[in-house]
Amino acid sequence: MAMPMESPVTFSNVGKSKWWQRGIFASQTGYVLLALAVLLVVMHFASPYFFTEGNMQNVAKNFSFVAIATLGVTFVIITGGIDLSVGSMMCFSAIITSMVMTELSTPGGLGASLFVHMAEDGKTVVANIPGLILLVSVLAGLVVALLVGLVNGFCIAMLGLSPFVTTLGMLSIVRGLCYVVTNGRGSFPGGPDADYFYALTSGDVLGLPVPFIYLVILALVMALVLHHTSFGRHVFALGGNEKAAELTGIPVVRVKIEVYVICALAAGLQGIIISGWLGSAPANMATSYELNVIAAAVIGGANLAGGIGGPLGAIVGCVLLEVIRNGLVLAQVSSYWQQALVGVIIILAVLVDRIRSRMI
Amino acid sequence: MASAETTPILELAGIGKEFGAIRALHDVDMQVRPGEVVGLMGDNGAGKSTLVKIIAGNFRPTHGEIRFGGNAVNFSRPVDARAVGIEVVYQDLALADNLTAAANVFLGRELKRKFGPVALLDHKAMASRALELFGELRSETRPDDLVKQMSGGQRQAVAIARTRLSNARLVMMDEPTAAISVRQVEQVLGLIHRLKEQGVAVMLISHRMPDVFAVCDRVVVMRRGEKRADKPIHETSPEEVTALITGAKEAA
Repeated sequence: MAMPMESPVTFSNVGKSKWWQRGIFASQTGYVLLALAVLLVVMHFASPYFFTEGNMQNVAKNFSFVAIATLGVTFVIITGGIDLSVGSMMCFSAIITSMVMTELSTPGGLGASLFVHMAEDGKTVVANIPGLILLVSVLAGLVVALLVGLVNGFCIAMLGLSPFVTTLGMLSIVRGLCYVVTNGRGSFPGGPDADYFYALTSGDVLGLPVPFIYLVILALVMALVLHHTSFGRHVFALGGNEKAAELTGIPVVRVKIEVYVICALAAGLQGIIISGWLGSAPANMATSYELNVIAAAVIGGANLAGGIGGPLGAIVGCVLLEVIRNGLVLAQVSSYWQQALVGVIIILAVLVDRIRSRMI
Repeated sequence: MASAETTPILELAGIGKEFGAIRALHDVDMQVRPGEVVGLMGDNGAGKSTLVKIIAGNFRPTHGEIRFGGNAVNFSRPVDARAVGIEVVYQDLALADNLTAAANVFLGRELKRKFGPVALLDHKAMASRALELFGELRSETRPDDLVKQMSGGQRQAVAIARTRLSNARLVMMDEPTAAISVRQVEQVLGLIHRLKEQGVAVMLISHRMPDVFAVCDRVVVMRRGEKRADKPIHETSPEEVTALITGAKEAA
C-alpha cells in the first residue's frame, strides 16, 4: 500500500529560476550594493581626496557610528516591527556609562570605595584591577538598555501594543530620563579608566577604527544567528507570517521580546561608542538618529512589512548614506542639502525595488 | 491489517460545547479509522470548525470524551494535540512566504547540529528530508524554492509535508480546495490519496461537494451543532447531502 519514493521527483513543469533572479542578485541589497560601487567610482573621478587613507578612515568611522544600531533595528524590522527609541537609547546608555564611570572614580562617590581611594598626596589611586571601573560602567549602560528593551518587548509582545506607538512613547520617555538624570547638563567619561575608554571606543587597531572592527564582528555574528540558528529562522518566520509562526509552535512572544532587547542593546553599545568619540555624553546626543538608522536599514533592503533584511543590507545602507554625505562635503555642496538627498534616496531605493518585483 | 483498520484512531463520544448561552455543539459521536478519509460538511455556523478546534486542542469540550489511539485524551493547547499525532492543515496554510519550502516544513522543529555550545541549523538534512517528503507526496516542489513563488498546489504540498514530518496519525484539512485552480484541486486530492495510502486518517472539511465525493470514504453532515448524518459515501448522493446541509432533510 505504501509507495514512497517509487519514482524520484522530477521537475518537468517547474523551472528553476536563473541565477541572477535568485539570492542576493534579486534583492534590494544587491542593487543598492551595485549603486554604491558605481557611486564609489564616480567619487574617485570627482574628487582626488576621496580615496585617500584619511578620508577612507573617516568614512569607515562615521558609518560605524550608526551601523551597529542599524544591525539591531534590522532584527526588529525583519519581524515586522519598528523601534523608534534607538536614538534616545544611544544617549541614555552613554550617559549612564559616563555617569557611573565618573561616580566610581571619585573618592567618596557612591560605591567608589570599592574601586578607588585617595592617596596621601591627594591623588586618586585605583584600588582594584585597572579596567574594572570601565567594565562595570559599560555593563551599567548596557543593563539599562536591556531593561528598556524588555519594557518595549513586554508592551509589544505581551500587551499587544503597536510597535510604532510603544517605541514612539519610549523615545520620549528615555530622552526625558536623559535630561532628568543629567539635569540637562552633559556628562563626561572621567577617572583613571577614561584612557582605556577612549582607546576602546575611538582608537585605531592596525589603521582600522575600533568601531569598524566591532561592526564587522557583530555583523558576522548576526549573519550566523539569522541564517544558521533556529532563533534567526523564527525571526524571519515572524515577519513572513506571524499567525503561521504561532500555529507551528514558535514561541512568538519570547522571540519578539528578544529582538527588542537585541535592538536596545545594539543602540546602547552604539551610544557608548559615540560618547567615546565625542568625549562627552550630552543629554541631546543622537537626537533623531533613529531616523538615520531606520533609513539606512530600509535603503539596504530591510522591508518594513517584515520578513526581509540582513546585516549586509544594514551596512550597505549606512555606507551609502555616509559616502553621499562625504561626497557632498568634498564637492562643497551645502550640508543643508544632505538631509533632502537622503530622503530622495530612501524613496528611490524602495521605488526601484517595487519596479523590480513587478517585472519578475 | 483488518483489525488495525477497524480500531478507530479517533473516537468522539457525546462531545458538546457551549460558549456562554450559545450551544455550538451538542452530543456529537464520531469515529475515524486509520487510512480513512472522512468528509465533514455543513453550512457556515453548523459547528464544523468548533468540532475541528476541539479535536485540535484549541478549545476544551464542555461535555463528552475524546479518545485517540484508544486512550482518553485531554488537550489544553494545540501543542498537546500535535504531540499525540493530530495535525491541522489550515485554510490559509499557515506558511511563511519569505522562507523556503524546507524551512516551512521544519518550522518550529528545525534539525540542528551541535558545534560545541552552539546548535546550528542542519540545512542539508532538512532539505533532503523535505525532498523525500515531497517525493512521497509526488509533488514537484523544490526544497530550496521560496514559498512566495509557488503555486497553490505546491503550497498545499508543503503544508501537508509538514504533517508527514511528525508522522501524524490524523490530519484535518480545512477547506484545502477553496481557493485554488482546477488543476491544483486534482493535485490536492492526489495528496489526500497519498496520506490515505500511508494509513493516515484524514478529515476533510469542505464546502465543495465534488471534492468530497471524489476522495472521501464517508461523509459526516453537521447542522446546528448536531451530527445529522454519518454515511459511507456510496450509500449517499450529493443531492441527499445538500438536503441534509440545508435542513430540507432532517437526518439520515
